[in-house]
Amino acid sequence: MAAVQGGPVDAVEEKDIKSEPSNDGCGNNSTNDGRPPSTSPGSSASAGSNTSAAGPPEDQQTLLAVLQFLKKNKLTESVNILRREAGLPEDSLDLKVGGDSGAGSGGAPGDGKTEGGDASSLLSRVTTASSAVAPALTKVVAEDQPDVNVVLSAYSQQGDPKLYPVYYSGLKRFIESVLDCHRAELSQVFYPLFVHMYLELVYNNLESEAKAFFDKFSGDQECYYADDLRVLSSLSKREHMRGNETLLDFRTSKFVLRISRDSYQLLKRHLQERQNNQIWNIIQEHLYIDIFDGMPRSKSQIDTMSGSLAGEGKREANKAKVYYGLLKEPEIELPLDDEDEEAENEEGKPKKKKPKKDNMGSKSKKQDPNSPAQTRIPLPELKDSDKLDKIMYMKEATKRIRLGPDNLPSICFYSFLNAYQGLTAVDFTDDSSLIAGGYADSTVRVWSVTPKKLRRVKSAADLNLIDKESDDVLERIMDEKTSSESKILYGHGGPVYGISFSPDRNYLLSSSEDGTVRLWSLQTFTCLVGYKGHNYPVWDTHFSPHGYYFVSGGHDRVARLWATDHYQPLRIFSGHLADVTCTRFHPNSNYLATGSSDRTIRLWDVLNGNCVRIFTGHKGPIHALAFSPNGKFLASGATDSRVLLWDIGHGLMIGELKGHTDSIYSLRFSRDGEILASGSMDNTVRLWNATKAFDDLETDDFTAATGHVHLQDNSQELLLGTYLSKSTPVIHLHFTRRNLLLAAGAYNP
Amino acid sequence: MQTFPLTLILGQQPLWLRRFRVAAVSMADREERRFAEVSRDSVKLMAESVGVELGDDVAALLAEDVCYRLREATQSSSQFTRHAKRRKLTVEDFNRALRWSNVEAVCGFGAQDALPFRPVKEGELFFIEDRDINLVELALATNIPKGCAETLVRVNVSYLDGKGNLEPQGTVPTAVQSLSDDLLKYYQQITRAILGEDPHLMKVALLDLQSNSKIAALLPYFVYVISGVKSVSHDLEQLNRLLHMVKSLVQNPNLYLGSYVRSLVSSVMYCILEPLAASINPLNDHWTLRDYAALLLSHIFWTHGDLVSGLYHQILLSLQKVLSDPVRPLCTHYGAVVGLHALGWKAVERVLFPHLPAYWANLQAVLDDYSVSNAQVKADGHKVYGAILVAVERLLKMKALSLAQPAEGGSSSQPGSAVGYRVSSPGLSPPPEPLSEAALGIASHLQAGGAGCPWEEWTPVPLPAMYCELYSFFGDSLAVRFSTGPGFGSYPPCPPSQLADTRKEPCGPTSNPDTARKMPQLTANLNVSPRQDGSPRTDPPPPSLAATGSGRSLARSSSSSSSSVQRSKSSSSRPGQRVAGPSRDVFPKARFTSPQTGLPVFTFLIGGRQMGRRCQGRRPFQTTFAPTPPIPAVPPRAYAHKLPVIGRVGKPVRRWACSHYSLHLPL
Repeated sequence: MAAVQGGPVDAVEEKDIKSEPSNDGCGNNSTNDGRPPSTSPGSSASAGSNTSAAGPPEDQQTLLAVLQFLKKNKLTESVNILRREAGLPEDSLDLKVGGDSGAGSGGAPGDGKTEGGDASSLLSRVTTASSAVAPALTKVVAEDQPDVNVVLSAYSQQGDPKLYPVYYSGLKRFIESVLDCHRAELSQVFYPLFVHMYLELVYNNLESEAKAFFDKFSGDQECYYADDLRVLSSLSKREHMRGNETLLDFRTSKFVLRISRDSYQLLKRHLQERQNNQIWNIIQEHLYIDIFDGMPRSKSQIDTMSGSLAGEGKREANKAKVYYGLLKEPEIELPLDDEDEEAENEEGKPKKKKPKKDNMGSKSKKQDPNSPAQTRIPLPELKDSDKLDKIMYMKEATKRIRLGPDNLPSICFYSFLNAYQGLTAVDFTDDSSLIAGGYADSTVRVWSVTPKKLRRVKSAADLNLIDKESDDVLERIMDEKTSSESKILYGHGGPVYGISFSPDRNYLLSSSEDGTVRLWSLQTFTCLVGYKGHNYPVWDTHFSPHGYYFVSGGHDRVARLWATDHYQPLRIFSGHLADVTCTRFHPNSNYLATGSSDRTIRLWDVLNGNCVRIFTGHKGPIHALAFSPNGKFLASGATDSRVLLWDIGHGLMIGELKGHTDSIYSLRFSRDGEILASGSMDNTVRLWNATKAFDDLETDDFTAATGHVHLQDNSQELLLGTYLSKSTPVIHLHFTRRNLLLAAGAYNP
Repeated sequence: MQTFPLTLILGQQPLWLRRFRVAAVSMADREERRFAEVSRDSVKLMAESVGVELGDDVAALLAEDVCYRLREATQSSSQFTRHAKRRKLTVEDFNRALRWSNVEAVCGFGAQDALPFRPVKEGELFFIEDRDINLVELALATNIPKGCAETLVRVNVSYLDGKGNLEPQGTVPTAVQSLSDDLLKYYQQITRAILGEDPHLMKVALLDLQSNSKIAALLPYFVYVISGVKSVSHDLEQLNRLLHMVKSLVQNPNLYLGSYVRSLVSSVMYCILEPLAASINPLNDHWTLRDYAALLLSHIFWTHGDLVSGLYHQILLSLQKVLSDPVRPLCTHYGAVVGLHALGWKAVERVLFPHLPAYWANLQAVLDDYSVSNAQVKADGHKVYGAILVAVERLLKMKALSLAQPAEGGSSSQPGSAVGYRVSSPGLSPPPEPLSEAALGIASHLQAGGAGCPWEEWTPVPLPAMYCELYSFFGDSLAVRFSTGPGFGSYPPCPPSQLADTRKEPCGPTSNPDTARKMPQLTANLNVSPRQDGSPRTDPPPPSLAATGSGRSLARSSSSSSSSVQRSKSSSSRPGQRVAGPSRDVFPKARFTSPQTGLPVFTFLIGGRQMGRRCQGRRPFQTTFAPTPPIPAVPPRAYAHKLPVIGRVGKPVRRWACSHYSLHLPL
């Protein structure tokens, strides 16, 4: 929408945003006086140096491209102004381009760049330089930094677009004639090629040709691209391309394909024989072909991985090491008698403090190699109340029901009745004592699920009168008069799309269409902070499991990391090609996952803001994410009504759960991780055997470098039960500490 | 630092390009349609509406662009639907998408009910029917809509250990339950009993229908059965039974009729207004049925009218339509009149009275035709005449009362008292929903009905003028009842201070002797009236008819024993009127004193304001009206000699004791 309203102008801005996060991260490292991630100087420094090296050339490249454009259009005034302001010498222009772009694109082949030439050829070289795909260079990580010139002149000078149908059908004939094993792989080329050809036709004002082209070949495309094709087909004029996000994504990012070396050679040979430069140019310019050695993949293998807006994730993108292990729990001595808690807890407190110090020292005894260092991300210290809560948690955990295929959880359904204003989000506290709902009428409502009513803290004047030394001071500060079963929080100016309780139950976060995230106090039931930054609807927010940090993601295509006491974000995670629709923290708070309507899931490192995993395979916007309690796995649900399971360590898809018939809006693992529950718009809760899904995998040798998954279709075996609600979409799921499953949704007759 | 000028420079580019493209792109005709498209004619039309002339090519370009922008906005609005976790795209979603792309939102389409999209009869023009909303009415509305329950969270254990289902899977809350076997059986038994032969069974069934609290799920089925009136229009008995069924359903306090009210009303209206097949045979007493249905209509309306918005005006509209259609048989006119009468004197004043002059001519023609072939029609005409007379008389009476009220109460007023006795006797007051005059704005579409004075311009005719006009139609037969009033105190209303001097002089004193003179005449006429034979005596109201009476008493909170419904009886009871005088005295008092004392404060306020306006408006008029004495003398009482019999006659005298009440009841 508006994010890309102005066409090229905004495109430039957007790029600025996209190159921002890494810089931003570095900046924060130095300025944010210690609390936020600054503890690992080595890695952050290296990250910083990388980006700073990449930054200026990138800018200059952009500048040059703009200059070029201005020149071409004979806007000499502007050229001069720009040149003066940028401080670029007139004559050294061309030489600089070559040199800088070579360095800037992070190791793209720099050969043959320094030769001069006229402006346009130089421009096109800048593009091809960063994208030149040579078989030997598969390691090259061409950052998907879009080039200005792509935006400005991408489709202008590429021969005769009218012949596209001929070229396309020629390629089609060729691919249909190759061996079966190659055909599936090479067929991947069709979709991006089709899109780019169509766009080029539209761009060149060949409306009727474009329409004919579309009508002729759109039927050949994979069905999971139907949504994009619909957007595409609605566009028939050059002017329309300007404001369209989807198109901009196509033009500014490279579509990633994974093709085996054999298939690739086949394609290349064919195109060279035919002298088919048109197609070759498009492939070079707009596609990124990730070549691997080994057996070509089968159709089903390809289909499981494709479907995202920009092709599959590059393998390199998933190579980074991820510390998916859990942090060590602070050791708190459990009172031995849990019969009379009150007394024990009072005594327990002093005891804990002493052992605590010892624990700190003896912490290094056995560190899980997959766990991040305890202090990798600075986390808030535990307060006494947190420790009490931990004790409660452990006590509850001892009473936890061991779930399994033969021992399924009981399900309680929380129905929101009379929610005419539209229930949009639900969250439970970890101890299941509070439930909150976000509504389309901009309100947030909090209910107490237990008999304990909600009370406000007394006013400041009244608080002064209280004897602060008394034992029950915590009780006294509460204003009994305000006691009620529910409280309404007013403050947002648009529908509330995401809410999240803080782990200590003192705060509640809500994100809204009005572009803000608000932090509410559950002591006073007032708004404490409004975090502004997204400027566009914020679709989701989630508190870190350790409190203090939270993440939000929205229509501006970035996710932001915030700390509750900073009004500006600590990190901006950019890379998604469309809205960030859902956000989740990893149980160890070092990573977070974001799902997007570009149909990819990304895993980000909180420490340095890097994207460490890109998961593709969903065929629709992703609306639900859940980490397994051990941190190893991720489950994702999307509007394609499938749940996909991912191995974080290896960066692989390890399961596909089919069965739902409508969008999945909620996912949750049981406390021990044996059961995965999914809730959907189809009014059902389904339980899946997570243990089996993950165990089956262990036997596979998926660690093989190819990383090609072959999933057997075993959804039916994994499905443990389907439970219908009373005509109520399931929009939230929660396992209590004792493994009772709570589901929530609004009943709307 | 560098991005700033850069953006600026770039900023000029698209504008420049855009202009270029608009000029360069040639118009291309598109043959196929992949999407819904806005036609170029529409674009032109819209341009014209704001005073811009567009060339064909520009319009075509614009149309295409509009289509694209619409599609784009629709596509981006879908994400708001997705994130609101809904299935249905709402207007609000679309507006959000517009707002975020810096386009002005489209206001006025957020209503819950879909707006009707209608064609104009002449020409291919379509429009969205957008009625005016009377803000005064909204602001002063005292009927707070039902069912705004608080948002709640309720928990239930759905599945124990993942298997033991406490309730069958997929059940829905009770409101939308499907029928259980028991209910089905009940339904069959009840319908069989009501439509069957055994009157005793029917009585039991109706009684149960009236009180059973567990039949909510069956309501649609019963409503469906009742809508079967259209298929049994030849069978009075069945129609009667179905109406009784309506009655029972309406009276059941446990049923929430909701939008089914509309359906019930349409069934009842069918009985009132349609030229039923049964009425072809003059021996069939379809008059009773119409009377009963009209009574039922008013009952439904007063008790459930607030469930459906605009119901009052829809009803008035259809009644008016029938009345203004001279082609329709007289029995349907009769229905319209009794229907209006049942809806209260305001409805009569609003619809019947302005329409009367036009209608009178037709009726007169019928009544004047003494040919044998016309005998039946003429008899029907008398029926209508009688019905109109009764309606008009009450109109006069009530109007006089309501005028008297302000004078007596000082601060109270006509509408005020109207509001007041909605509480105690709704039958006499304007409907709760269109609050007296406030209704003016809504009813714009009523004009379509044609007759009468245009709805908006309707201004209350002052009582004297009204009386004089009516008197010119009815002559003394009208005065009979009107002027007996003052003598017995039922018409003390025109307070000497205001009205007596101006109005009473012309009619009051002169008509009083008339009354005495005409009364026997009337009875005599009654005896010879052909109606007497024509109307069968089938009307011993079946046991359930008694229920009808009590139903009305429910509405009126008085006289629980007023069983008879038929105005026919009331007409025959006219001679007894004088005898009943004292008791009649009780009525107005009960009606007007109690509301006054128990009136909520705010209604006084409203009333007071309007009263002030009204009275000031009237007084000058009345002074100018003063020299009207000749009026009563103007038209000869052309019809006095053929006073019709109202309704059926021949009721034994003993019935009068109760039936005379019906004279003063809404029906």
